[in-house]
Amino acid sequence: MVPLSFVVRERVQETLDTWTLTLEPLDGDSPSIGPGQFVMVYAFGIGEVPISVSGPPDRQGPVLLTVRAVGAVTEAICATAPGGVLGLRGPFGTTWPISLSHGADVVVVAGGIGLAPLRPVVLHALEHRQEFGELVVLYGARTPRDLLFLAQLEEWGVDVTVDAAEIGWHGKVGVVPKLIPGAVFDPARAVAFVCGPEIMMQYTLEALRDRGLTPDRIHVSLERNMRCGLGHCGHCQLGPTLICRDGPVYSYETARPWLEVREL
Amino acid sequence: MRGLELVLAEVPLFEGMDAERLELLAGCASNVHFEPGEVLFREGDEANAFYVIRGGTVALEAFVPARGGMTIETIDAGEVVGWSWLFPPYRWHFDARALAHVRATAIDGACLRGKCDDDPALGYDLMRRFAQVMIERLQWTRLRLLDVYGRDDS
Repeated sequence: MVPLSFVVRERVQETLDTWTLTLEPLDGDSPSIGPGQFVMVYAFGIGEVPISVSGPPDRQGPVLLTVRAVGAVTEAICATAPGGVLGLRGPFGTTWPISLSHGADVVVVAGGIGLAPLRPVVLHALEHRQEFGELVVLYGARTPRDLLFLAQLEEWGVDVTVDAAEIGWHGKVGVVPKLIPGAVFDPARAVAFVCGPEIMMQYTLEALRDRGLTPDRIHVSLERNMRCGLGHCGHCQLGPTLICRDGPVYSYETARPWLEVREL
Repeated sequence: MRGLELVLAEVPLFEGMDAERLELLAGCASNVHFEPGEVLFREGDEANAFYVIRGGTVALEAFVPARGGMTIETIDAGEVVGWSWLFPPYRWHFDARALAHVRATAIDGACLRGKCDDDPALGYDLMRRFAQVMIERLQWTRLRLLDVYGRDDS
């Protein structure tokens, strides 16, 4: 599957090491991308990485990617200035099942860069506010300087916590699962969407279970070493599943056995 | 029941505690308020109370030489601040500061220690409840020590 050329139209620095790029195809229309799906982004001559889409879901507009520069490829992607060209393949993978939460409370729990793939869920819920009950967004980051989408967090009513802060920070300090007991939602009718580092997700899932959410009402996004995006190469295998093809979004009911095993 | 006993009965820390023990606790309790920025206690001071937060947020702070002040943790409504009153030398290990207007119930540690000495069953009950809070905070601290949002892990 050959990458299509996309031109960077806008590049916004979110944090010291994270940028949001707005891309448009050089030829033709943008693909319609579901919430939680990812694309393979090719920095020409350097390499290709999977990146979840952070823009509004299911519409043929520009593609928004929020990328953290952690290696050669992501550093090259983040350094691509407006006018520069990147290759995109996809979209790939499963979507956040937002329709399951119609009429229910929506609980979004994100850690670090994990807020990026959940941003489409938040944008959709805000745009169709009357279709949902409570919208609860809980977000944890390393420090106040590492918070993504800073301008939108207050607008979205996000409950933010950080792992460490200097005096002068007037927000919360602590881990994101600690926010769950006090969050306002009805566990009997809530649907939760969780994304972040796996250890953070494990504590979060435990806290959600303690609040009374059943595993079938919790959805997680998993990450492994996605390469082909087509389920052929096997690099992203986790137990019996290939995450690029069968994921990255899974019901916790499905993913639970794999998350509870030390090594697969 | 008097007002403070009713208040304490609603606090998760004292969930399921019988009325007689709540009455003993209430005998050592008083309502307090702190304005934003006001200090509840300072590191090294005598730890002579603990606080059940009823509204607002309290920051636990430490001063790190050559680095400045750091917020260690924030405590919200329904949670409890302070366990140094339980153990010698009864000195606070951190500063505690109100981030917003804080409503709290302060419980006199010396008063309560006296009642625990007179009634070891009450002391055991309280120790178990505070141990649960300590374990929970230890677990959260361990999770933060893993630095899960660091460059290699997310």
